[in-house]
Amino acid sequence: MHSYMVSKMSSKMVGSNNLAHARRMVQQLRVEASIERIKVSKASADLMRYCGENAKYDPLLTGIPASENPFKDKKPCIIL
Amino acid sequence: MLCKKNQGETTNTLKAESESLKAKLEEERAKLHDVELHQVAEKIDALGQFVMKTRRTLKGHGNKVLCMDWCRDKRRIVSSSQDGKVIVWDAYTTNKEHAVTMPCTWVMACAYAPSGCAVACGGLDNKCSVYPLSLDKNENLAAKKKSVAMHTNYLSSCSFTNSDMQILTSSGDGTCALWDVESGQLLQSFHGHSADVLSLDLAPSETGNTFVSGGCDKKANVWDMRSGQNVQSFETHESDINNVKYYPSGDAFATGSDDATCRLYDLRADREVAIYSKDSIIFGASSVDFSLSGRLLFAGYNDYTINVWDVLKGTRVAILFGHENRVSTVRVSPDGTAFCSGSWDNTLRIWA
Repeated sequence: MHSYMVSKMSSKMVGSNNLAHARRMVQQLRVEASIERIKVSKASADLMRYCGENAKYDPLLTGIPASENPFKDKKPCIIL
Repeated sequence: MLCKKNQGETTNTLKAESESLKAKLEEERAKLHDVELHQVAEKIDALGQFVMKTRRTLKGHGNKVLCMDWCRDKRRIVSSSQDGKVIVWDAYTTNKEHAVTMPCTWVMACAYAPSGCAVACGGLDNKCSVYPLSLDKNENLAAKKKSVAMHTNYLSSCSFTNSDMQILTSSGDGTCALWDVESGQLLQSFHGHSADVLSLDLAPSETGNTFVSGGCDKKANVWDMRSGQNVQSFETHESDINNVKYYPSGDAFATGSDDATCRLYDLRADREVAIYSKDSIIFGASSVDFSLSGRLLFAGYNDYTINVWDVLKGTRVAILFGHENRVSTVRVSPDGTAFCSGSWDNTLRIWA
């Protein structure tokens, strides 16, 4: 749930700032209200699909052998 | 000039419109909340046991490590500390390649340039400065320093955009700003937070010119870099947001907060879709980063631990111990083979 602090902020402002501030808030809310949204079920499916498609390229997830991971290699090459 | 009566009426009309817009937003968001992410994720396999260990320990800072960043070459690292030192390391060998002493303490932000030829840093000096890295180890890096950004309060975070030419900054002065490195010119400023901004992250380049910021007003804001417009705002955390990081696809971002939780916000659903928390975790999360596929979230905490979360199922898959003080920064390497953590125990650790 989104809880807007707008009313709290407004009450702290005084004088003519009130009007400018209120206009900005309405402007901002209009921008936010105008965006297109998708359902959480669709968003979740997309996140899951991305994870699934990229899992095999994720060394920390799949665990790559020590010989292929420069950090796991206990004997780093010394170039003489 | 409006008389007081007219001013009062207009303000009231605007307030009424604000309230009605807010209610409409809540309604629209609620309509689309048909399921929880972790419920959809029930059908996929759980992750197995993770064994991650410290593979390197980078010692050399004389005080708390506050920030670090990886070079695109996947082996170099820049780190910055409370003692004013900025160090460039070769993480494979643990050798220090460069060191710069800043004129201020608490260097809270540092970043590697995409070319690998420079680093940016700043903190209590309220500035972001760029240091070209010299191949000549004897050269005094401080001599070539370029001051780029000027804020009216501390610099909390900085990041190069896709080139060495522009830097994005966030500050304790409540703003973010985009700067031209060569001229130091302010290209765009971003106003909307009502308190210190603590962190920012650029969207992965494929998803366009946006970035996300988080701060002490508990809000995470998404911005259009060209227009300066705040396009989306999320406010569900109960305390300061210390760190924000995009999910690798750019469709979501994660946050770490002093309220001891990390959260995931989906940009297209326009809402929070996951909370990563446990009753036993009571200390703030200072830093978060995703593994390459986005399935794992690494989070550093003020209780000295790093928790590894299954992003989709919402469960914790590992706790990593080792640091002897707060973990202040956590970053996965560019090729995903390891991640680096920095701590108030003055060290950095590479885990794999």
